[in-house]
Amino acid sequence: MKRIFEVLKEVASRPSGAIGLLLVLLHIAIAICSPWIVPYDFKAISALDILTPPDAKHLFGTDQMGRDVLTRTLLGGREAILVTAIATPIAVFWGGLLGIYLGLVGGRRDDVIMRIVDAFLSLPWILKMLLLIVTFGNGIHVLIPTLAFFYGIPVIRIARAAAHSVVARDYVLAARARGQKRLTIIRRELLPNVLDALMVEGAMRWSWMLLAFSSLSFLGFGVSPPTPDWGLMVADSRTFLPLAPWAGLFPIAFLSSLIIGINMLADALAKTLGVDRAQKAPI
Amino acid sequence: MHKKRQSDMPIQTIIDIQNLTVGFTDKNGFERPVLRNIDLQIQRGETVGLVGESGSGKSTLALAAMGYLKTGLRVFGGSAQFCGTDMFKLARTPLQALRGGKIALIPQNSGQSLTPTMRIGAQMSEALELHSSLPQSAHVQRSLELLTRVRLPDPHAILTRYPHELSGGQQQRVALAMALTGEPLALLLDEPTTGLDVTTQAHILELLREINEQTGTAMVYVSHDLGAIARVCERVVVLYAGEVVSDGITRTVLRSPSHPYAHGLLASIPRVADARMPTPLDGRPPAPGEAGPACAFAPRCVLASERCQLERPPLRRLVNGEQVRCHFPEQTSSIDCADSRVARVAKQSQVRPLKLDRLGVSYARPSLVDQLLGREPNSSLTVQDVNLRIGAGETLALVGESGSGKSTILKAVAGLLAPACGSISFADESALGAQVEQRSQSHLRKIQLIFQNPDDSLNPRHTVATILAQPLELYFKLTRAEVVERSISLLERVRLGAHYMDRLPSQMSGGEKQRVAIARAFAAEPDVVLCDEVTSALDVSVQAAVLDLLDELRAERGTSYLFVSHDLAVVRALAHRVAVLYQGRLCEIGPSAAIYSQPLHPYTQVLLGAVLEPDPDHAPRLLANDVVESEPPKSGCPFQRRCPVHQGAACDRELPPWQHVDENHHIRCHIPLANLMQTLSAGKKSMHA
Amino acid sequence: MLKLLFRRIFLGGLTVIIVSMIIFGAVEMLPGDACTALLQQDARGETLKQCQEDLGLNRPAVLRYTDWVGGAAKGDFGLTAHRNKKVSDLVGDRVKNSLLLGLCSLALGLPLAFAMGIAAALKRDRWLDLSVSSLAIVAMTIPEFVSATVLILIFSAWLGWLPGIVTASASSPLSAFFPEIILPVVVLSMVMTAHILRTVRSSMLEVLDSDYVRMATLKGVPYSRMIVRHVLPNALLPAINVVALTVAWLLGGVVVIETVFNYPGLGRLMVSAISDRDLGLVQAIALIVSCVYVTVNLSADILSLLANPRLRTSMGRNS
Repeated sequence: MKRIFEVLKEVASRPSGAIGLLLVLLHIAIAICSPWIVPYDFKAISALDILTPPDAKHLFGTDQMGRDVLTRTLLGGREAILVTAIATPIAVFWGGLLGIYLGLVGGRRDDVIMRIVDAFLSLPWILKMLLLIVTFGNGIHVLIPTLAFFYGIPVIRIARAAAHSVVARDYVLAARARGQKRLTIIRRELLPNVLDALMVEGAMRWSWMLLAFSSLSFLGFGVSPPTPDWGLMVADSRTFLPLAPWAGLFPIAFLSSLIIGINMLADALAKTLGVDRAQKAPI
Repeated sequence: MHKKRQSDMPIQTIIDIQNLTVGFTDKNGFERPVLRNIDLQIQRGETVGLVGESGSGKSTLALAAMGYLKTGLRVFGGSAQFCGTDMFKLARTPLQALRGGKIALIPQNSGQSLTPTMRIGAQMSEALELHSSLPQSAHVQRSLELLTRVRLPDPHAILTRYPHELSGGQQQRVALAMALTGEPLALLLDEPTTGLDVTTQAHILELLREINEQTGTAMVYVSHDLGAIARVCERVVVLYAGEVVSDGITRTVLRSPSHPYAHGLLASIPRVADARMPTPLDGRPPAPGEAGPACAFAPRCVLASERCQLERPPLRRLVNGEQVRCHFPEQTSSIDCADSRVARVAKQSQVRPLKLDRLGVSYARPSLVDQLLGREPNSSLTVQDVNLRIGAGETLALVGESGSGKSTILKAVAGLLAPACGSISFADESALGAQVEQRSQSHLRKIQLIFQNPDDSLNPRHTVATILAQPLELYFKLTRAEVVERSISLLERVRLGAHYMDRLPSQMSGGEKQRVAIARAFAAEPDVVLCDEVTSALDVSVQAAVLDLLDELRAERGTSYLFVSHDLAVVRALAHRVAVLYQGRLCEIGPSAAIYSQPLHPYTQVLLGAVLEPDPDHAPRLLANDVVESEPPKSGCPFQRRCPVHQGAACDRELPPWQHVDENHHIRCHIPLANLMQTLSAGKKSMHA
Repeated sequence: MLKLLFRRIFLGGLTVIIVSMIIFGAVEMLPGDACTALLQQDARGETLKQCQEDLGLNRPAVLRYTDWVGGAAKGDFGLTAHRNKKVSDLVGDRVKNSLLLGLCSLALGLPLAFAMGIAAALKRDRWLDLSVSSLAIVAMTIPEFVSATVLILIFSAWLGWLPGIVTASASSPLSAFFPEIILPVVVLSMVMTAHILRTVRSSMLEVLDSDYVRMATLKGVPYSRMIVRHVLPNALLPAINVVALTVAWLLGGVVVIETVFNYPGLGRLMVSAISDRDLGLVQAIALIVSCVYVTVNLSADILSLLANPRLRTSMGRNS
């Protein structure tokens, strides 16, 4: 626990970390407080005020149904942040556990499971998720487990690689030679050393998940209207974009700033902990 | 008459380093010197050894002679000249022309210093292109000549190979050949034989001597190994904390040093010819940039007085020609070495002897195809037919070179590797489980393991308290307070204080970490402690203290050691009995006094012949070539391919029989014992003749 | 080495088989089948049973699986849900279009990524490096639909230089796609370039710090020659695998791009197939895509094997 504070402090001392942390906290604050601070009802349509540019009445303008863009933008991150903030720790947890276990145990089990993981990863992410969503619906109770499941799989790879690098060390051999039980070895020897890599990976996972979530919404498979969501808002605004760019640009700005913030945080975290960020394509 | 102009005379002092100070700026903005006021002149054809431990700056100095500094370092003052040219002020092109040409480097780890994607031939050709005037068409011919010059067999094949396909010794020779392409005036050798086998090392040093004699190339030999330096160098410069503390001819510095550090260093090195335990040198060398304004050695020096704590001694020349940086050099010879003693005898021990019976171990894993067909992999065992008995309270050493299987045996005894056949048992009891998972708690407790690298064997996230608590909690039912109490007493026993309990490994030195590892092993109150090269990763001056500690603990508790080491001098000091292994098979086993004074087995003779001593008059005897074998032969004696006294078909086909010198000393050889003993005494006579 | 090659190919084939089983199994578990998709509201009772018998859907799963795989190997994926088109024809067109998109992006992105990655590493921590690295991060993390939208806004709506939407149909000849394909290619290659660039940069930095590069410097090798002969061959090797991964990612990430630009490719087909519950089509697309993925990875592996001398010779010497 004490370590987490120390780490956060050092992260905040770096410029990229400070900015990242600021952005992330800001967004979380907005997501939590927005229902109480928004000026309008997000559902309120108005035939008169269609596509009005930003003015005193509507700071961010209105969209093609006359809804206030500021309101919808402030509220637009709620579901995305909620879903991904819950799904990310779950993904890191189960992927990490399985990865560490495989890294320690090796052998036949490791080979077989990794083969299946490879096969899984060869399918495009969108296909896998769409299948599940289309079948089971797109409520939070589907999105969270789906995202957590699919995004946990690459974590297995990372955790396994981190475990591999630790398992070869003499102190793990020493623990084995002493006769410590496997679970104890995982808990005492592996976990503290693998945790760093997992933390950085967790931050990255969150940003990929947000990306996926908003892309799904954009395609129409994520959040259902009229719930405001950044991806959905961008999709809606496409037809009228040349006439009313504000309807798309504000959600874009908010989404981008959150994702960039998370990435800067992850970067600073990686530098602080001395972890090498693996360069991988998003899932 | 035409007088020879000054510039026509060949320059005599080819490397001239004057008052060089090099260092880095730390994160608080302070300047931290790594080399301080170095004055070093090297003449044409001279061989100079740079001796020092970690933090002494010896490698930095050698590289500075080429005008190269590692990233982060810069010159604070002084100059480094090569043949009159200031290397740090030279422009890039002339610098590139000199480097690898007239002044060339042979790096520490050639395996990593040769570009992996280029064949040897291409790399040699590149060197020739840069530093010789030969046309492209003549490159192959010259490369072959150079490879032959460094005694590489089959140079044609080597040219076509990639670096990773060569053995360590071969890689080092290739590096030497590449350095010779420009017909250098000076060679800088940075620990060139570290990590190589004893026999390989001896051969390479002979080669270096030869090259120096024949071509008059000056050599700067950087090493912590005084034996190697004694063999190659006519002059020795001792560095401590970035300063020259002693500079004189080899004989003087190594036989009767005038600087307390050199004196202490030499006393702390175990010798093959001497069974006594070396005298430890207390403390540890300062980290780079850490040394203060006064004498850097004062904290560890027996002679230190107030003056030494305040005033930095200058380098001055003594009557015997040696230059020394000390306030009281005349007093050095009177430093009394603590009573050096032989390895202690253990008190009456309750420990039961450990027996290894026809042990065989294999690393081969069945491939997928083998698994599908359900058959065993077809290769000979890494270790075969090993019978050992470790008596109560004694130290049995396993010696051998790479491939000897000594670490493998250790892992099998520890239960980390399941034996393919044979058994391990405590006397009269049934065999121990093959792997850790199958052994009883009491067996696990009785056998403990200490690893080579203290950086690796302690969990970087655990404090010392946690590290010591692990075995205590695992093997004994203790309350938390009792655990703490026992941990503290263990720490005190290994000469670290209670204040170490909260430290993390990153806050301790190598020697301190190894002591914690020893404390951890003894926390279990074991019967047998397996030591895997436990002093090899430590600084020379720190090794002696750790050896002394190990010996003390053994005598006190009656524990036995199975001690693996490649360093024959360390083994001499510590071991009661020695087992000599070659390619995983036993050659000779017996009391260390007998084996060291009368090595009977041909391989033992080769091994002991190749050992170096820090004595310029000691010449190693190279009895066999230094080919590294990757696999034991399918049948017959394992040493058949390299044995200097190979007897013919019998050696190739049949396993050599056991012959018994006496009840404790056994040897496996086809040559009858009487003949071996005769050759031995004849050899000794010829040495003294 | 041949052994290693065969082993890789064998494992690749194994992966494809496992994937096909996963696909088939997943689709099996989903409620509904070809008949429910075909009959929709009428899918119940006798009509349903009759339909299932006609289409052979009441046979055991294993038989249906082998039929399907057998057909797939020959390139025959059956008919679409509405029984009016051959899946292979439909898919064939789309594959061609997606390939065009992908290859153009590769042609643009790869050289750019390598050039920028190498340059950034050589000028580490200076202006060039910092700006390139920051751009890469931005390009990597922003969702494609965002960059697509922004680019359309700038280049199509405001500047009017390029068309913002693709009007050509699925079966148009390739030339019909220009210049509409330009913006999609730019967006696609943006993400790809960013990833590859970062890997190339980090790999270069690692090699530049290595012992053998230091040795080459101390051997007196001139800078440019050192980069070309000692650094690049070693630094670019690991990049092969990332290129493969990125290419594989293209197959999935392309969906969003195709939707935004209305491009008639495989991605959009996949989305509409899923929406329509046309499971046969979905299965076919999934199988094709994963085969391409496995093939690309396999090629990368083989290329690595050939290029890296350390992997070529037999490994494993015990000490």
